[in-house]
Amino acid sequence: MATFDVIILGGGPAGYVCAIRSAQLGMSTAVVERDKLGGVCVNIGCIPTKALLHSAYVANLIAHDAKDLGLETGALKTDYGVAMRRSRKIAEQNSRGVEFLMKKHKVTVLKGDGVLQPGRKVKVGVEVHEAKKAVVIATGSRVKGIPQIGLEINKTTVISSDEALFLEKAPASIAIVGAGAVGCEFADVFNAFGSKVTLIEALPRILPLEDAESSDAIAKAFKKRQIDCCPGAKVTKATVGPAKVTLTIEVGGKPETIEAEKVLMAAGRAVNTEDMGFKEAGVQLTERGFVKINPATLETTAPGVYCIGDVAGPPMLAHKGSREGVVAAEIVAGHKTHPIRYDNVPSVTYCHPEVASIGLTEDQCKEKKLDYQVGRFPFSANGRARTAGETDGFVKVIRDKKYGELLGAHIVGAHASEIIHELAVARENEYTVEEVDLAIHAHPTLSEAIAEACLDSMGRVMHI
Amino acid sequence: MATKVLMEALSPTMEEGRLVEWKKQEGEKVAAGDVLAEVETDKAIMDLIARASGTLLKQVAAAGTTLPVSSLVGVIGEVGEDLSVIVGGGPAGRRAGGQTATNQPPAPNPHSAPPPAATTPSRALTAAPPPGPVAGRIKASPLAKRIAADRGLDLGGVHGTGPDGRIVQRDVESAPVSARVTPGTPLPARPPARLPGGTPFTDTPLTQIRKTIAKRLAQSIGPVPTFYLTAEVDMERTWEAREDLNGADRRTAGPPDRPKISFNDIIIKATAIALRQHPACNAWWQDDFIRYWNEVHVSMAVAVEDGLITPIIRHADQKSLREISAESHDLAARARERRLKPEEYTGGTFSVSNLGMFDIDQFTAVINPPEAGILAIGAITAKAVVTGQAVMVRRRMRVTMSCDHRVIDGTTGAGFLKTFKTLLENPLAMVW
Repeated sequence: MATFDVIILGGGPAGYVCAIRSAQLGMSTAVVERDKLGGVCVNIGCIPTKALLHSAYVANLIAHDAKDLGLETGALKTDYGVAMRRSRKIAEQNSRGVEFLMKKHKVTVLKGDGVLQPGRKVKVGVEVHEAKKAVVIATGSRVKGIPQIGLEINKTTVISSDEALFLEKAPASIAIVGAGAVGCEFADVFNAFGSKVTLIEALPRILPLEDAESSDAIAKAFKKRQIDCCPGAKVTKATVGPAKVTLTIEVGGKPETIEAEKVLMAAGRAVNTEDMGFKEAGVQLTERGFVKINPATLETTAPGVYCIGDVAGPPMLAHKGSREGVVAAEIVAGHKTHPIRYDNVPSVTYCHPEVASIGLTEDQCKEKKLDYQVGRFPFSANGRARTAGETDGFVKVIRDKKYGELLGAHIVGAHASEIIHELAVARENEYTVEEVDLAIHAHPTLSEAIAEACLDSMGRVMHI
Repeated sequence: MATKVLMEALSPTMEEGRLVEWKKQEGEKVAAGDVLAEVETDKAIMDLIARASGTLLKQVAAAGTTLPVSSLVGVIGEVGEDLSVIVGGGPAGRRAGGQTATNQPPAPNPHSAPPPAATTPSRALTAAPPPGPVAGRIKASPLAKRIAADRGLDLGGVHGTGPDGRIVQRDVESAPVSARVTPGTPLPARPPARLPGGTPFTDTPLTQIRKTIAKRLAQSIGPVPTFYLTAEVDMERTWEAREDLNGADRRTAGPPDRPKISFNDIIIKATAIALRQHPACNAWWQDDFIRYWNEVHVSMAVAVEDGLITPIIRHADQKSLREISAESHDLAARARERRLKPEEYTGGTFSVSNLGMFDIDQFTAVINPPEAGILAIGAITAKAVVTGQAVMVRRRMRVTMSCDHRVIDGTTGAGFLKTFKTLLENPLAMVW
């Protein structure tokens, strides 16, 4: 039995960041991890998918643009297995990187299944460890699929992202159920590796939580690449065979049949709350199954037990978990901390073109009856985008008419995931559209489109 | 264009609702504002209102089903409209599940949604010391500056809660009128003895000793470090006063159905007046500051089937006994039918719980956070009491006050209780 100031259950992006911050604040810290450090994000989530998406990006570049760029490459041959192994190597490097960070900050890593016990104790294997200050739950989430529509994940023909990331070759055809970020990213990847992709979404638009204009832009780009998008579609029947799956979907009341070698379930995640002694230790769950926390202090219903990351509630995003990790450590150490603005968490989908957003969508502004003005700027009018041949997409900012507050911002285009942060910084610090425009933007850059969109929201757009 | 009818969040804490009964049938004409259905929330049965006019084309959810907030319940539109785009994705619950793997929350949840306005910790600390000798530069966000300029607010009087004391949007939005002082004007560090009019409350920053007291006591006893004060009140004169009042009502032929004034009504009135005199007990614990209310809203605990709810007599200190009586009667009746609106049971500043009618001599009540105190009222019983040299039979009532020690100290609570006792023992004092 060992005693620490802080014991963290789970070494994903929420847990390991919490560990580093705890150690920085002088607390003796341990992280309990049953698998690899870095969690879903590093091992079977954010990082390996981005590696595959880069392969897909280059494949599209060679297939569609090389000639125009003055490059002769011959016919393009793709090999998903090679790209997959590259993504695995990167994931492993990153996981080792987290191990190194734990060593550097003198965080003890306890390998095994951690079970919470009453009184801020954690049992790992046969040993019970005690936390003097706090136990932090950061146990994350896992793929769940939607068994209620007959599509139970069987890991061969009906798969989740967990399996898709380890395929040796791209299937000839794949139906992806769920057109959120995960679905759209895999649609992009498999399309580039030659699969016939059908993307099925129950809600009326793909990327249903993004601004409608962003959804439309991606639907258009996907159509151009022959990805078959079926929004507003309900899967009514699924026949799972040994080598193929037949789906019956209903779109606009009309049934349609889709045959595919594999079905990828890109919808539904379950949080990890079972068999870890939560109930016995007094940690209550919400009706939706997340751990119940006080959002101001991140404390659970058990005194001295905190909760961060996916398991603490949506949005289930690595960067939201990491921020909660920092804040939880600071609260436990008794420091004054910057309150988390859950309305200012950027959302990014890394398909091509990329989609990034922050704050409210235009529909949400309408629902809230806000008095707003939209400013837009298309990348087709941006010099840097034209030099790269990546003119798809736009920047859209939504400005509050009275005070100029940035209510929301939506970017579709190359490197949208990178340039959104100018607006994240602006919103976090309460800069208005004017301050964004006043900052000098280097020329030629994609970021100029942001300044232009801000100007457009004030009726002063320059380059269009 | 068809309009979706969604399960709406009808109370601040509602996460799901049970559709009790459809009030409009499929094919029936509806106008915006019509009651479509009855929905049972976590607290009450409420009306689901039509947000559009047309025909109720479809009842997607059947009566009796429980659905999370924002789920599809029905569709309003024009006859013959194609609804497949709206209802084609299957039952609402399934659709909600179908999007949780995407990059954003499927619906607001208590973690991400802003807390209800009544409990939003507003950080304008009006009684804070002014931000030092402001030599020309006040740190404030551009947005905060604009809002302040628009409202004629002097930023020198606003306490900043952003990084390094920077004034941000929430500071100016919640800054009361008293922020319009010139920089440098000394502001009181403690709550004023008399409640000023104008603003509903005053937020006071925590002093170091308050912080330490809060932390140590919470560690010792639980999240709300409670202590209890008990006093016995002589109720003879209140008893007589109540008899007289209700008797006078009969003699002057007041409305026959007018409810009698209850002891509880008088106790609420006494509580409210005592709170006005002891503002330190009329406060909310807000984790990093204390909100001293300049308004008195008394929550009264009402037992309902399988639980209890605390409807609120607002501005109870300014209401006549008659008004309190009528209001408490109405609120209690509707509470039992579970037909209270959320605003009728949220936002109280102090609570009263009465078990006198159950012949309970004395009990302790659990504080209703963020309020800092609650009075537990026992039964009025005849007792032998020593008065001077004689033993007399007097009607007595035992009252126990639960105090959140982070807000109320022993002497503060005792002072309040003393006033409360004096008022009930001299009921005429409540008239002035």
